[in-house]
Amino acid sequence: MPKPKIPGLFTGMRITFGELIKTLFPRRGILTLIPAPSKGAVTVQYPHESESPAPRARGVIALKEENCTVCMLCSRSCPDWCIYIEGHKTKAPPRRPGGKERTVSALDRFDIDYALCMYCGICVEVCPFDALFWSPEYEYSEPRLADLLHDMDRLAEWMETVPDFEPYEAGSNAKVRKVPR
Amino acid sequence: MDGLLFGLELSYWQASLLRVLGVLVAVILPAGGFVYVFLFKMMSFMQSRLGPMEAGPYGSIQLLAEVGKFLQKEDIVPERADRRLFFLAPYIVLASTFLLLVVMPFGPDAYFANLDTGIFLALGLSSVSVIGVLIAGWASANKYSLIGGLRAAGQLIAYELPLVLAVVGVVIQAGTLNLQGIVAAQHQGEIFGFAGIGNPFVLTQLVGFFVFLIATQAELTQPPFDMPVAESEIVTGYITEYSGLRFLLFFIGEFATAGAFAAIAATLFLGGWAVPFVELDDNVMNVAGPLVLFGKMMLVGFLIFWVRFTFPRFREDQLQAFAWKYLIPISLVNILATMVLKVAF
Repeated sequence: MPKPKIPGLFTGMRITFGELIKTLFPRRGILTLIPAPSKGAVTVQYPHESESPAPRARGVIALKEENCTVCMLCSRSCPDWCIYIEGHKTKAPPRRPGGKERTVSALDRFDIDYALCMYCGICVEVCPFDALFWSPEYEYSEPRLADLLHDMDRLAEWMETVPDFEPYEAGSNAKVRKVPR
Repeated sequence: MDGLLFGLELSYWQASLLRVLGVLVAVILPAGGFVYVFLFKMMSFMQSRLGPMEAGPYGSIQLLAEVGKFLQKEDIVPERADRRLFFLAPYIVLASTFLLLVVMPFGPDAYFANLDTGIFLALGLSSVSVIGVLIAGWASANKYSLIGGLRAAGQLIAYELPLVLAVVGVVIQAGTLNLQGIVAAQHQGEIFGFAGIGNPFVLTQLVGFFVFLIATQAELTQPPFDMPVAESEIVTGYITEYSGLRFLLFFIGEFATAGAFAAIAATLFLGGWAVPFVELDDNVMNVAGPLVLFGKMMLVGFLIFWVRFTFPRFREDQLQAFAWKYLIPISLVNILATMVLKVAF
């Protein structure tokens, strides 16, 4: 015999009431009847307790300075032009003794204006040298708008907060990427 | 109506002053209680949130902060608006709510006015708010406001009928239009000869109770009947152009009306201020009665707001069809059955 169908109206009311009870009385045992909404609700009372974002949350963009070649790909692909890069060419010692001196690019300035950034992540995607990474860090607000222009050193600090890439699915042939430490 | 108020012999102006102050308290306290307990807290818990937590312990003085916020907002009036009517509208809506509570009994001697046709007056006054809403919609000089006002008028008129018809069943059973009389009838009634808990009409008038609650929901323009202020279709209907203090007045009016209707429902169906096993004319009830009534109001309010937070909005035509095709026939049948049973027993 099929179970009698409960009208959706009552199912809906049961669900909201159940959620109310679950939030208000989350504890078990002898404490069940003492309301404790702070434990039952999923809300994080942010300034009092800190939130732990998902590891791949788009909090802020970190820079690995040594990997940057001043190729400007990120700056050019940025939809709202919030990345400022300046660099110069310099000579580096040859790789092998007796070889020719190499020409390398050195980074003078790498600023991201987080007042403009819209967290699209195109710069991270486009970087061919593994210099830009997403970090879940989120506490970098400033009282002044102009202070949201974060420079190279600040961006490099966030490198420590970048989590490792998640392992690929079993059977994947893609090259395993590693976060440079 | 006798000359006594709270058992005291008072001159007219004294009685009037007491009524004004008393009704002010009777409107503001339940409205504030409803907003805090249901809108802020219960709704949040139903969505696994906490609601306001910062202003006072558990956000208990958040309401004061909200009022302060609205008071300091700029008072914007549209250029083409009919200024005088625009200013008048929220006060009409609020006045209907205030007048509703004048006839409510809170105890054997605790009432503002004991009228022979109390419930009739209450139902009549509750429809005055339609005029305020229509005025607001018209005077705003805004198409959304006008549509919202017209929708509100159509809805309030359509649901006024089942509301009144549901009350008629109670009136027939109690045999009086006087609210004190209805309370007494429930207190002294008996269920098949068992007189222990009296006979709250929610038992015999269950159909009427639910019709009344549904119609109340629509009268308050609360979800799922909030087409007049449907924000995804017509911005916020008749309150689109209101800001600051005037918006606050509409807001208070909405929740104070919820409180007033909850009080009426508690009086008509749940036994009002009376408690079983306590004599009706006991002096204690003058103090305990208001609290008992408030407790019953919270119970009815819980039902109203539970429905509000659960269901999505009806479509405009579904709303009208629901009133005319279902609620009104159901309440007519309810009246007929009540009449037959009243005569039979």
